[in-house]
Amino acid sequence: MEHSGSTAAAGSLGDPLVELKGVNKHFGELHVLQDIDLTVRRGEVLVVIGPSGSGKSTLCRAINRLETIDDGEILIDGQRLPEEGKGLAQLRADVGMVFQSFNLFAHKTVLENVTLGPVKVRGTKTAAAKEEAMTLLERVGVANQARKMPAQLSGGQQQRVAIARALAMRPKVMLFDEPTSALDPEMINEVLDVMVQLASEGMTMVVVTHEMGFARKAAHRVVFMDAGQIVEEAEPEKFFTDPESERAQDFLSKILTH
Amino acid sequence: MDSVIEALPRFWDGFTTTLFLAVVSGVLSLVFGTILATFRVSPLKSLRIVGATIVEIGRNTPLTLVFIFFVFILPSMGYILPLGRVPAIIALTVYTSAFVCEAVRSGINSVSVGQAEAARAIGLGSTQTLSLVVLPQALRTVVPPLINVLIALTKNTSVAAGFAVVELTATGRGLARDYPADVLWMLLGVAFFYLLITIPAGTLAGYIERKVVFSR
Ligand SMILES: Nc1ncnc2c1ncn2[C@@H]1O[C@H](COP(=O)(O)OP(=O)(O)O)[C@@H](O)[C@H]1O
Ligand SMILES: [Mg+2]
Repeated sequence: MEHSGSTAAAGSLGDPLVELKGVNKHFGELHVLQDIDLTVRRGEVLVVIGPSGSGKSTLCRAINRLETIDDGEILIDGQRLPEEGKGLAQLRADVGMVFQSFNLFAHKTVLENVTLGPVKVRGTKTAAAKEEAMTLLERVGVANQARKMPAQLSGGQQQRVAIARALAMRPKVMLFDEPTSALDPEMINEVLDVMVQLASEGMTMVVVTHEMGFARKAAHRVVFMDAGQIVEEAEPEKFFTDPESERAQDFLSKILTH
Repeated sequence: MDSVIEALPRFWDGFTTTLFLAVVSGVLSLVFGTILATFRVSPLKSLRIVGATIVEIGRNTPLTLVFIFFVFILPSMGYILPLGRVPAIIALTVYTSAFVCEAVRSGINSVSVGQAEAARAIGLGSTQTLSLVVLPQALRTVVPPLINVLIALTKNTSVAAGFAVVELTATGRGLARDYPADVLWMLLGVAFFYLLITIPAGTLAGYIERKVVFSR
């Protein structure tokens, strides 16, 4: 099943992999996540879009518990997120995260950035971890930078290393929080290309982004958030051409006018 | 001058005692101070409170008082310590750990939270996050202030002179009494031996600082 202009086929999706049920979160007075119900199925690529401050980052961070939630529950592959400790660390290892500001380990080489997790968390032998890391760096096109320190790389290269670092854990799902917003325009595509490739290989992805091209090419579904609520969900083509809600129409008119 | 040369063996004894106090308490303070710093940034509130309490006591109590506690008060409560160097090392360590802790903690805070979040996101536990990602970066920024703490420690060992430890300052006092005509020379000799520790330490600090500066 191929819908117009999109390479993503919703029919091939599997069982629920990430489930949020009645999730609420406050920052003091601010109700940042309001009764969020959301299911991401295995193999699905979900794009989260919405105005700044609407709670997109908090949503992402709640999924691997970088933020705690006040009530509701979050399940990864049927397992409830543990509160703390070893169980939580193991679960986080299954959830890859790519940050807006890359956050590569500044004191480690590109290669060490990618091998650290497999060696220290998964217990992979260093030699095997290096070999796999080189394969991943090859895949994201930065293998020739493996011995450099992160600060010596361009933003686009750093973000691709960050993707390789997350992939090295062989995650079940990858979270991307505005992965291209900190990049110079000429570097955005090199990162999006890697993400499109990943999507086409069947990776389950939650992507916070305003890149409509990516959403149209790779996403199965777009979720529109505003003021802590999920206001609208639709297939990308439908969402961008014919949004239902006034808030989504208003938001799209703003990002489309420039 | 001749008297200084005559007194050299005594200077040397005082110097090695001072060096011993400084090195042993210095190493212990680095260890305990770093542990205290990890308490102070721990996710567990109880550990943070314990850390903060120890640090505030150490930082806000005059060193002489800390000595009095370990040399007189603790034994009077029945905890007998061997006299001399041991209570001195304990007092110096308790006091200096508080300053090491604060230096390390400010280093930890200088590492952006994104580094720790990225570490946790790949599944590192909180101890691994601290030891593999945060502390190695923190220690680089923390070397210069730490050396200052250790230089202060070297000078603080002189407080032990008042508590039956014949280190450099006590030696100087003795020499001044034994060679009343050469008091100035004897005191200059004492100062010289302190500088023999602190100046190399300062030079080392500058060297390490240049060596470990790296771009983030
Ligand atoms: N740690 C925090 N403490 C207090 N308020 C926060 C914190 N993090 C985010 N917020 C607030 O929560 C709201 C949602 O933030 P965020 O999830 O980052 O939105 P988005 O990613 O959609 O821009 C914003 O108003 C933001 O200021
Ligand atoms: Mg955000």
